[in-house]
Amino acid sequence: MNIKVLGGGCKSCETLLKATKEAVDKKGIEAKVEYITDMQKIMEYGIMSMPALIINEKVVSVGKVLSEKEVEMFL
Amino acid sequence: MWTFFQDQILGMKWLNSLIRALLGAIGLDTSSRIGGSINFFIYDVIKITVLLCVLIFLISYIQSFFPPERSRKIMGRFHGIGANIIGALLGTVTPFCSCSSIPIFMGFTSAGLPLGVTFSFLISSPMVDLGSLVLLVSIFGIKIAVAYVVLGLVIAVIGGTVIDKLHMEDQIADFIRKSNSRIDIEAPNLTVKDRLVYSKDQVVSTFKKVFPYILVGVAIGAVIHNWIPQSWVETVLGSKNPFGVILATLVGVPMYADIFGTIPIAEGLLAKGAMLGTILSFMMAVITLSLPSLIMLKKAIKPKLLATFIGICTVGIVIVGYVFNLFQNLLI
Repeated sequence: MNIKVLGGGCKSCETLLKATKEAVDKKGIEAKVEYITDMQKIMEYGIMSMPALIINEKVVSVGKVLSEKEVEMFL
Repeated sequence: MWTFFQDQILGMKWLNSLIRALLGAIGLDTSSRIGGSINFFIYDVIKITVLLCVLIFLISYIQSFFPPERSRKIMGRFHGIGANIIGALLGTVTPFCSCSSIPIFMGFTSAGLPLGVTFSFLISSPMVDLGSLVLLVSIFGIKIAVAYVVLGLVIAVIGGTVIDKLHMEDQIADFIRKSNSRIDIEAPNLTVKDRLVYSKDQVVSTFKKVFPYILVGVAIGAVIHNWIPQSWVETVLGSKNPFGVILATLVGVPMYADIFGTIPIAEGLLAKGAMLGTILSFMMAVITLSLPSLIMLKKAIKPKLLATFIGICTVGIVIVGYVFNLFQNLLI
């Protein structure tokens, strides 16, 4: 599984990254969690609100700081 | 009836009386300097915290109807100055944190929205938001609040129009201009429960984020209220200093704080004889332009456009300050 957290480096984006990593650990899934701050790449997903969560190249959440539990539901 | 609502419900004057009585009961004289400072501090922290929580909740609920994706679609339907006005208005209700300003900028630009409309949106968004409106009503009264919002929107519309007329499309960062991503993400459909949960989350996260600013702001306000001599404030920020507005704006631009943190400072200065316009310029400058947001924006636009943007905002804020100073007697 390939997971990407997109953000601009602000606090809410980092909170989502942390929650995502924790959710992956908790579920024990083999997954690579990437943190993407490159605006060019972010733009390719057509996203306008940060932070965003991408799972296997699919945009699952935009503009929301998800909690660990909420991330788990997407996994 | 309105005065009662404004003073007691929004302004919470009753709370001030209560705190004064309680402090008096434990033997603290609130007419003394220290007592007065403590009184101001407790009253203002409680008042602003309560207002903050209630306001953020209501505002977030309204904002949940206007994600950027939807605002972009609405703006795309208008043309000319109408589009600038709609952009400025939507800027006040579309939620986004400072790190989303670039994706929003990119999203709008790549969807073919005129640069000027995007800037009307970006200028009005931090300067005039619903929270500042209600907070201004509670502290300065309805007339000043409405005048502030109207002038803020006017700056946003004029600023956007000027940028449009300057034809600075070549000043957008190359990677945005060259990109042809037109992925159109639909705004998610939310239920009432989703919106309530979102609003609650916003209250919690905003509170955590701005509470330190409120404490610092109120502390400074309390110091101004009780320790700084009236004559100092009057000399620097009052009617005796014709450059007060410019000074306040220049000091405010690099500063970064939330409107909830700047209001207690403004309140303190006003009570000490600073001119209303000078204070409002300071507030607008602090909220609208700040180093972190400019550094962000620099990634998306070239220096010339960035400088134009800063210039227009600064001049606009200074003009608003002088207009308010001119009409101060009518408003207070």
